[in-house]
Amino acid sequence: MEQTLRTPSTPQPATTGRAWLLVGIAAVAWLLAYNLIQPLADGLTYGLLGLARGSHLGDSLAFFFYDVPKILLLLSGMIFAITILRSFFSPERTRALLGGRREGIGNVFAASLGIVTPFCSCSAVPLFIGFVESGIPLGVTFSFLIAAPMVNEVALVMLFGMFGWQVAGLYLISGLSIAILAGVVIGRLKMERYVEDFVWQIKGGGGAVAGEHPTWTQRFTQAWESTREIVSKVWLYVVIGIAVGAGIHGYVPDDALAGIMGSDAWWSVPAAVLIGVPLYSNAAGVIPVVQALMDKGAALGTVLAFMMAVVALSLPEIIILRRVLKPRLIATFVGVVSLGIIAIGYLFNRVI
Amino acid sequence: MLNIKVLGPGCANCKRLEAMVQKVVAERGLTAEIEKVTDYVQMMRWNLMKTPGLVVNDTLVVSGRVPNETEIAGWLQP
Repeated sequence: MEQTLRTPSTPQPATTGRAWLLVGIAAVAWLLAYNLIQPLADGLTYGLLGLARGSHLGDSLAFFFYDVPKILLLLSGMIFAITILRSFFSPERTRALLGGRREGIGNVFAASLGIVTPFCSCSAVPLFIGFVESGIPLGVTFSFLIAAPMVNEVALVMLFGMFGWQVAGLYLISGLSIAILAGVVIGRLKMERYVEDFVWQIKGGGGAVAGEHPTWTQRFTQAWESTREIVSKVWLYVVIGIAVGAGIHGYVPDDALAGIMGSDAWWSVPAAVLIGVPLYSNAAGVIPVVQALMDKGAALGTVLAFMMAVVALSLPEIIILRRVLKPRLIATFVGVVSLGIIAIGYLFNRVI
Repeated sequence: MLNIKVLGPGCANCKRLEAMVQKVVAERGLTAEIEKVTDYVQMMRWNLMKTPGLVVNDTLVVSGRVPNETEIAGWLQP
């Protein structure tokens, strides 16, 4: 049933060379800009505006002027790179890779592929049907569906920029573990009958677009477009989030939050998840605030749990999935993932 | 006559694709029937796994991204 894609124009080697050159120049400019931010932010705050180091306003402003360009640069650079990486994966290929895998190892595969396969929540339903219809077990399908939004590229980049690679790594590994375990649990619960009946009756007609093999020029163009799209969508939240964070940095006394968000307050993790689930998807605005809170005594586990609840479980996605899942399975999905996030929160509060 | 179907539940990209198809059809003076397919069961006739999808004369030509106008024009050529 495969067919080759008709491409209107054949790429010339000359354009490919030029594309590489452009990307190279952009990379050098990016590096230069990245290294110039700190001196510029300090110069602007303490030099040009004449604010004193250590003053509330001075520290808040210096933080703001440094963090906004830093995060925006990081976001554009890394999302470009991530999109290039993702152009080597497609849902069709992922489905082929998952076909015939047993549960367990299948869940591990599905969760990992969930991170690298390009995915948007409006494709959740066709993807779900496509997976289930081709015989991939329900639990394995869920591992994929949980990992894809949970390990969110914007969140990953912002954690890296504001907390360092260790916290970004912890987030990545915890997200993967929750997706794998939640998928295994849902598989064990034998919930197939809570999938809407029409899904089982669908017989695919075949004729999917055969794996496209984009050229490097196409990959670069695509990466450039999605970078522009994502950055234009989140930059305002980044600016507002960092402004609020900067205010907290400068004005809230240290350890003010240790009592309510510290690791000794046992109820803070479930509370963070409860608040996080209905908040929709703005990892971009949430992370700077959360970083400032951590500086004032909030515990890492609580903070991570809050953030994961914000990105992994969102009302719009639940409404979309309701088309193919009966309420009982939706409730199980939300419940299992929430419990996983709470467990991760406690674990980090205990260990770190 | 060309039969064109835009597959997608109504997300931003699906609407963008539909608008582009209409523009290309109008610009080239083609006679085409443009349909919107929003039902998931129907979409599975073409094994669509990523929205949006574009079907020309019953063949899925692209899925999961919004192609540019030159590409669309290429698929619509008789």
